[in-house]
Amino acid sequence: MTTPAIQVRELSKHYLISHTNDRPTSLGEKVMRSATNPFKRIKRVLSGDTAGATDATEVFKALDRVSFDIQHGEVVGLLGRNGAGKSTTLRLLSRITEPTHGSVKITGRVGSLLEVGTGFHPELTGRENIFLNGAILGMRKHEITERFDEIVAFSEVEKFLDTPVKRYSSGMYLRLAFAVAAHVDPDILLVDEVLAVGDAEFQKKCLSKMRDASHSGRTVLFVSHNMAAVENLCSRAIWIDQGKLREDGPVKDVIANYLRSYATGIGEGSDLSNITEREGTGDVRFTDIQVVDKDGEPGGVIRSGDRIKIQLQYVVNQAVNEPHFGIDFFTGMGTLLAGPSTWASGHTTPNLQPGRGMVELEIEMLNLLPGRYYLSLWASSVGKQDYDLLDRCTVLEVEGADFYGSGRGIDGRWGVMFFPCSWKMETR
Amino acid sequence: MGHAQAMPTDSSDTAPGGMTEEEIAKLPVLSIDSEKRGLSLGLSELWAYRDVLYYLTHRDLLVRYKQTLIGASWAIIQPVMTMVIFTLFFGKLAKIPSDGVPYPIFSFAALVPWSFFADGVLRGSQATTMYAEMIKKVYFPRLAMPLAPLLARLIDMALAFAVLLCMMLYYDINPGWHVLWLPPLVILAFVTSLGTTLWLAALNVQFRDVRMAAPFMIQTWLFITPIAYPSSMLDAKWQVVYAMNPMAGVVEGFRWALLGTDTQPGAMILVSTAVAVLLLVSGAYYFRKVERTFADVV
Repeated sequence: MTTPAIQVRELSKHYLISHTNDRPTSLGEKVMRSATNPFKRIKRVLSGDTAGATDATEVFKALDRVSFDIQHGEVVGLLGRNGAGKSTTLRLLSRITEPTHGSVKITGRVGSLLEVGTGFHPELTGRENIFLNGAILGMRKHEITERFDEIVAFSEVEKFLDTPVKRYSSGMYLRLAFAVAAHVDPDILLVDEVLAVGDAEFQKKCLSKMRDASHSGRTVLFVSHNMAAVENLCSRAIWIDQGKLREDGPVKDVIANYLRSYATGIGEGSDLSNITEREGTGDVRFTDIQVVDKDGEPGGVIRSGDRIKIQLQYVVNQAVNEPHFGIDFFTGMGTLLAGPSTWASGHTTPNLQPGRGMVELEIEMLNLLPGRYYLSLWASSVGKQDYDLLDRCTVLEVEGADFYGSGRGIDGRWGVMFFPCSWKMETR
Repeated sequence: MGHAQAMPTDSSDTAPGGMTEEEIAKLPVLSIDSEKRGLSLGLSELWAYRDVLYYLTHRDLLVRYKQTLIGASWAIIQPVMTMVIFTLFFGKLAKIPSDGVPYPIFSFAALVPWSFFADGVLRGSQATTMYAEMIKKVYFPRLAMPLAPLLARLIDMALAFAVLLCMMLYYDINPGWHVLWLPPLVILAFVTSLGTTLWLAALNVQFRDVRMAAPFMIQTWLFITPIAYPSSMLDAKWQVVYAMNPMAGVVEGFRWALLGTDTQPGAMILVSTAVAVLLLVSGAYYFRKVERTFADVV
């Protein structure tokens, strides 16, 4: 048994969050509290308890007794939903913050790249930031000087080296940050969600750099929502759910289980009746949305190219004449992709009396690439008045599939949609 | 766009390159343990990261004088203008005594260390919020943040000191062997500034009140420090109490070491040194204690 590169034992991070409903009930109480609070606060501060300076607090366990070992040369993906504790884990491993309980033992030099623009100073030029950032990541001055040209070439920002980075685009910022981190030559590389930003070309470069690192015996711990990248790069995955370690094993198994759990959260019928952010007269109200997969099962994994049904339950509060229903599909960037509706399809809808009903949209082939899509729902008399409008109230998670049967899959990096199509080639 | 190369073609090429046990044994080991966090100030680590300290100091000088018309001349103009105003109002108008040396150089000798302290503390106390983005993204010894602006102010002080030397030549003042006391006095000024800065910078992470309070505090501090007036105006028995403000010892020490004023600040400097060391040690431990949660709070 060799010494692991990263040894994590019972690692926990707790945050104190204040209760918002603990408001003073009277003006007198308010005055009393503000009069006594400064002293309480000052007392707290002097005892070093700066994490929670308000009176009523609750412990939030961002990470709860997580243990794992990562061997030298392993490339491990860290999976989990937003807020599950992935980033907290990386923050603890890179010493940005300290654990509440537990321990970490790291053998080797660590290079970390957390989110965009790791530790650049906006006022300094790209050149100055390369040196500052390099020093922070543990490089001596002569080492940075040696690799300076390489870093600049990788980052593709030669022209703007003497411009303060505050004038950089987010893409340039990221490229430079990754370039420095990648050239630190760390034994252990911690990477958080870099592939979410930057163009396809640069993402490719980052992935290949990370693959090089793993080939030369480096250890990589990699957080991403891009399952294709995780599957491609990692041999093992660790799934963190609500601050706890849920599964640790071969990448394919963990991803499969992770995706299965994810789909149930969204597709299995979500209650819409409690949503208050809605427009319209309220004569008709949507109460429930359900996505049914190709096997007719609600809540299954939806994949590119699937035949799916989206069922909307509604309640009619006030009799309406000839209402129409529609669903708008948006990308995460807010681009409207499609807006199928009963009106556009030429349906004649009946007059509705108070009561309940259901309307179903069947999509023969969902030609969306893997990614998250947002659905808006509407019920309207079209042109006269809207009865119910729910802006992007539901997420449709589409997973990749080997649509063309090529064994290569289709990937969300190449757009948002694909065509059912074929190629012909002729040589002369 | 070469999309063809972007195709994730195979997933089997992640075979880890092996590392032998000997190679692993040579690697640095880092232990983070919530249970074992000793009283270490992490000074050896600060030394290991000395390049970071250098770049942050450099950065501070650069940013401070970037986009200004006259750049680093500000380091000289500020104390010189204060001296002119003090000379007019306190020296000429209020006729405050100046221990037998011309009033301009009397006040300027005090303003040189004072400007270092005032500017250093004001900037240093903001360091933790100024570097908030970096605190949240990367690790480096957090002590470097308040330390860097103070080191940068040493450069400013050297510039102002050059002016002081010119004035000494002009007034034909020969400091004699007392001048040997200058380096320890600069260290005392630095210790006082650092101690104060550490407290304020650590508090500032959670309480932005510091940003409001610090200028007011410095302004008040100016009046309880013998800059516009000599401490010899006070009764001798009060001078030791007065020296519990460590800047009083620094300022009187500067005058005695450079201008040969006959005030004997020995007792004052002893008291000031004791208070300054206490301030630094408590500040350093407080800073270290709360720095673990900086990234969560800032």
